[in-house]
Amino acid sequence: MPENVIDAIGTTCYHCGEDEGTMPVLYDDKAFCCEGCKMVYSILQENNLCTYYELNQSSGISFKERSIERYSHLDNQDVIEKVIDFSDGIQSRVHFYLPQIHCSSCLWLLENLNRLNPAILQSRVNFLKKEVSIQYDQKETSLRKIVEMLATVGYAPALGYDKLGEKRSSAQERSLYYKIGLAGFAFGNIMLLSFPEYLGLDAHTEGDFVQFFGYLNLILVLPVLLYSGQDYLRSALQGLRQKHLNIDVPVSLGILALFGRSAFEILTHSGAGYLDSLAGLIFFLLVGKWFQTKIYHTISFDRDYKSYFPMASNVIRNGEEQSITLDDVEVGDELIIRNGELIPADATLLEGAAEIDYSFVTGESRTITVQLGEKVFAGGRQQRGTIHIQVIAKVAQSYLTSLWNEEVFTKRHQVGLTSKLADRVATFFTGVILLVAFSTLVYWLPHDLSIAFNAFTSVLIVACPCAVALSIPFTFGNTLRLLGNQHFYLKNTGVIEEIASATHIVFDKTGTITTNRGAVLQYHGTPLSKEEHDLVLSLAHHSAHPKSRQIEKTLKGTGSYLPVRHYQSHTGEGIEGMVLGRRVMLGAHRFVMPSSGKTSLERGTWVCIDDDVKGCYSDEAQYRKGLSQVIDLLKHRFKLSILSGDDDLEAKKLREVFGHESNLRFHQSPQDKLKAIHQLQNQGEKVIMIGDGLNDAGALKQSDIGIAVSDEVNSFIPACDAVLDAAQFIRLPNFVRFCSQSIGIVYLSYFVALLYNIVGLSFAVRGLLSPVIAAILMPLSSITIVALGMGLSSIAAFRLGINGESTQEDDQGHRSAMTFVINQG
Amino acid sequence: MSILFVLILLSLLVAVLFLMAFFWAIRSGQYDDDYTPAMRILFDNDKEPAETDKS
Repeated sequence: MPENVIDAIGTTCYHCGEDEGTMPVLYDDKAFCCEGCKMVYSILQENNLCTYYELNQSSGISFKERSIERYSHLDNQDVIEKVIDFSDGIQSRVHFYLPQIHCSSCLWLLENLNRLNPAILQSRVNFLKKEVSIQYDQKETSLRKIVEMLATVGYAPALGYDKLGEKRSSAQERSLYYKIGLAGFAFGNIMLLSFPEYLGLDAHTEGDFVQFFGYLNLILVLPVLLYSGQDYLRSALQGLRQKHLNIDVPVSLGILALFGRSAFEILTHSGAGYLDSLAGLIFFLLVGKWFQTKIYHTISFDRDYKSYFPMASNVIRNGEEQSITLDDVEVGDELIIRNGELIPADATLLEGAAEIDYSFVTGESRTITVQLGEKVFAGGRQQRGTIHIQVIAKVAQSYLTSLWNEEVFTKRHQVGLTSKLADRVATFFTGVILLVAFSTLVYWLPHDLSIAFNAFTSVLIVACPCAVALSIPFTFGNTLRLLGNQHFYLKNTGVIEEIASATHIVFDKTGTITTNRGAVLQYHGTPLSKEEHDLVLSLAHHSAHPKSRQIEKTLKGTGSYLPVRHYQSHTGEGIEGMVLGRRVMLGAHRFVMPSSGKTSLERGTWVCIDDDVKGCYSDEAQYRKGLSQVIDLLKHRFKLSILSGDDDLEAKKLREVFGHESNLRFHQSPQDKLKAIHQLQNQGEKVIMIGDGLNDAGALKQSDIGIAVSDEVNSFIPACDAVLDAAQFIRLPNFVRFCSQSIGIVYLSYFVALLYNIVGLSFAVRGLLSPVIAAILMPLSSITIVALGMGLSSIAAFRLGINGESTQEDDQGHRSAMTFVINQG
Repeated sequence: MSILFVLILLSLLVAVLFLMAFFWAIRSGQYDDDYTPAMRILFDNDKEPAETDKS
């Protein structure tokens, strides 16, 4: 291929858009960064699928950081049955989560899969969920072939351990739509049929119509009461059985009073009833319910270790390598773990150089070198080369997974949708309503039986706390959305109340208040000359060890490469070589200074030139920008603690930031963290835990509100109640404050609702509540409450800088931090 | 005036038909994913059938 063609093609990979300067692979006049990209291109081209590249430029998935997975376990019939959604013996349907889906090209390719494999009958993508649902002919193709095909074109499905036995259910989501549709239909029609009554239908001359409309309304309202409204009645009944007054009790009281009174009036031809108010009430309540459930499709709040573990592992049985599911891994099995793979069960090392990164489990950032015969624990990730290990505990009984057997994970401590605030109000409301209703009854009873009955039911109807029941869904629903726009994702509206009433915030250190991104190596020791820099850079260039890569990256900009001779790599120790005639060593402290003894605990990568130890590179924990501001702001309202799995090197620095009252603990195992949270709760604290890794999973679950901080919101989040985008960390105080203000807004709405109720009651106790007044008053109060809740929460958000699409700029965070100070003052 | 009884019932029938249409839409999954179809509609139909020679 002539030179000028390369120029014309450009320097980015045609498939994945990777820009690495020169493109080593040329094919069909296009440049590719690697064989993998070229292969995908040739497959797509052969099958006439090049529209993929026309829709979006360089839309392909890079092959650079992908390990080859084996899917032979997918031929196992048991596994197939657990993975697929449905099969009738001829056709099967399966859905996969494909984290790589990112643009319309992906969508297009995945929906045209049948061109790659004609046995695929249909494939549909849900873009937000990043899911593809595939229907295939199981005689013509197999699950394994489909997965392998997806993997070859760059969309390897996420087949975690949890995929076994997970089934799809969407019936729940849909039923709310049915209910809203039905209630809306009935509401509209009943209102239409009630109009003549409002305008004054003469009961004598047009009595037939009055009755006809009445009966029609009654028929229309029955499905609303029995189907659309059943959740409220059921929940109230359940509450009463457990001797607990929830908000649904007064609501149901109102619903039943409305229905009973109306049915009585219609059947006895004594009036038109209040059925329009009843249908409207249920309709509004359901809309509120729909509004407050905001689903973040790509964020899963309920993950446990199973999502992170692979579905299968490679085992040697009868002398050959097989891929079997984790369920089938037995004690004594010999597993093969390749570079970058996760160790699925506790085991001993049989063969190979194990360098294991446990950050996933412990949060500790350094890798650990394991000697032959020593134990490796489930959840560690092998960092280089292939190792063989012998299993000593089943997956479910391993060290990491045993954390999940703790009580916290088995009982359902979860922040639910039921609002404690609403329930407290309900207790108060129910009491007052019943008191007023019965005193009205007692007052009128001696005078007039019919007025007494009339007034009694009127009180129950008008006092129905529908405004109260609407205030929380709309105010909190709006809060949830506004926070979601700022990349602070709450699991549900219940979390808002919990955050607002918290008293203590516990931070994890690594990954939470420090950032993993752009960790910089710091050099300590005798300063290196320009030439010495080059020596180190040249040596590091030869090693694939992550530390060497990091050093190379740090020095790359300024240095130049020199030839290295007599290069030697000592596994788990370091590397050495001769550069410009000088002996350069890079590695552990015990490697460059053997005299200091094997047990030296000095951290970092040490540099030694001509037997002279110069200094060391260590990766300094980099605190998130604005950490001290955030802590200063939170200090006023909360007690603060740190629970870190790391060592206490940073203790002094942290003490300065967090102040003397706060509690800093280091060397905490995942179990320790969980217990520490439990202790705080026993002292009556309401704890927010802010963490990131799986090592915090226990603490996140035990705490009242677990907030996971994540750089990449769509992946690797342990079970929690809220997810905070790491870039928004600086705005945490504002988010917390916004939650408190939302509670204030709800209280204000309650007050307004109370005013409406007083007006309504003043009619009701006198027995003057006509259907028209009810039909005006009830929707009016509902709309006021909805507008008030939505409007005020938006204004509050605006004042706190929580508005619009979030920008990641620092000054924005700074500005809102300032706003916080102003509002506090 | 009694024709009104028939007309009102008829109008109600029409409304019920629309309600049924709405239920059908839910059942057929149209409310399950309200994002992807908006992207899907922008795809062109294939310019060339699969049989034609590729460049």
